[in-house]
Amino acid sequence: MTGFEGATLAIDLLNITLLTLLFIIAIAIARLRSLFAIVMLSGIYSLISATWFVALDAVDVAFTEAAVGAGISTALFLSAMVLTARTAKPETGARRIVPLLVVIATGAVLIYATIDLPGFGDPNSPANTGVGTEFLARTYPEIAIPNVVTAVLASYRGFDTLGEVGVVFAAGLAVSLLLGFGERSLGASVRREDRLPTRSDEEEDV
Amino acid sequence: MKRDHHVILRVVAKALIPVISLYGFYVHFHGEYSPGGGFQAGVILAVSVILYSLIFGIAPAMRAVTPGFARFIAGLGFIIYVGVGFWALAMGGNFLEYDALFREEPGGHFGQHFGIIAIEIGVLFAVAGSMLTIYYGFAGRVSEIRDEDW
Repeated sequence: MTGFEGATLAIDLLNITLLTLLFIIAIAIARLRSLFAIVMLSGIYSLISATWFVALDAVDVAFTEAAVGAGISTALFLSAMVLTARTAKPETGARRIVPLLVVIATGAVLIYATIDLPGFGDPNSPANTGVGTEFLARTYPEIAIPNVVTAVLASYRGFDTLGEVGVVFAAGLAVSLLLGFGERSLGASVRREDRLPTRSDEEEDV
Repeated sequence: MKRDHHVILRVVAKALIPVISLYGFYVHFHGEYSPGGGFQAGVILAVSVILYSLIFGIAPAMRAVTPGFARFIAGLGFIIYVGVGFWALAMGGNFLEYDALFREEPGGHFGQHFGIIAIEIGVLFAVAGSMLTIYYGFAGRVSEIRDEDW
């Protein structure tokens, strides 16, 4: 047991620090009215969550969170924000209180539910005794690739992943149907940009 | 022409964007051995184009990767994925049963490897294409508001 307790303490401290940062950012997001700052803070929130997932040994989840949450969501939120106002209207009256009560109630229910959960990394938990060990034992003889996550995602649960790809595709389709493809609304400015270098051309337009 | 205030940003981005794209492909083709796969790689590739459009403007980005091409690979990726499933059906297996793809003897893994790589390419295309389509849908409307002449 040489030094192991120290490592556990360090991991605990790291978890507490990261969760405190997440808490502070969440409060800041709830209190801010500037949408640009909120988008940036939610990107930072995702990045810190990803760090925390690494500390929990969930590298695949962390990677996805960093790429999707901190990367593309921030860009998409920014481009959506440009289409609307730059500040959120302050809420008044019951609209301030009711969401807080809902959040507190949900949080209390979730904390109550965690009492029944097995401890982190518990070798006797259902995840580590049932289907998890089954996949670990079967993946290499059956599929022969080292990354069990990829094997489960692409082969054992290929149909599930097909559904996810369908969802992503449908999201792209839905945005296109609602907002258009973007190229037609951009067309006019693209044509003008093409002509920018020649000054005389613009004067003709005016 | 107005003067360029973002010259440092542009120079740094020019150096970084190819590295980001290359990293996307690394994540994709190394998914068997390390975290990552088609989803993450598709998002990273889309982000490299989005970063380009944020820094150099949406019009040059749309000329480099046209919205039509983004839509095309989004649909193509989904078709590749479903196609692998129907291929397995045609070879006498279940839907997406990769062992049936080449009618291997038990113990052969080529079908599994091929199937996984094929559907991951489908995922890569579908995710990258859909994300770019969504981004273009939002970003393409901006100039419509800014230009008063519409």
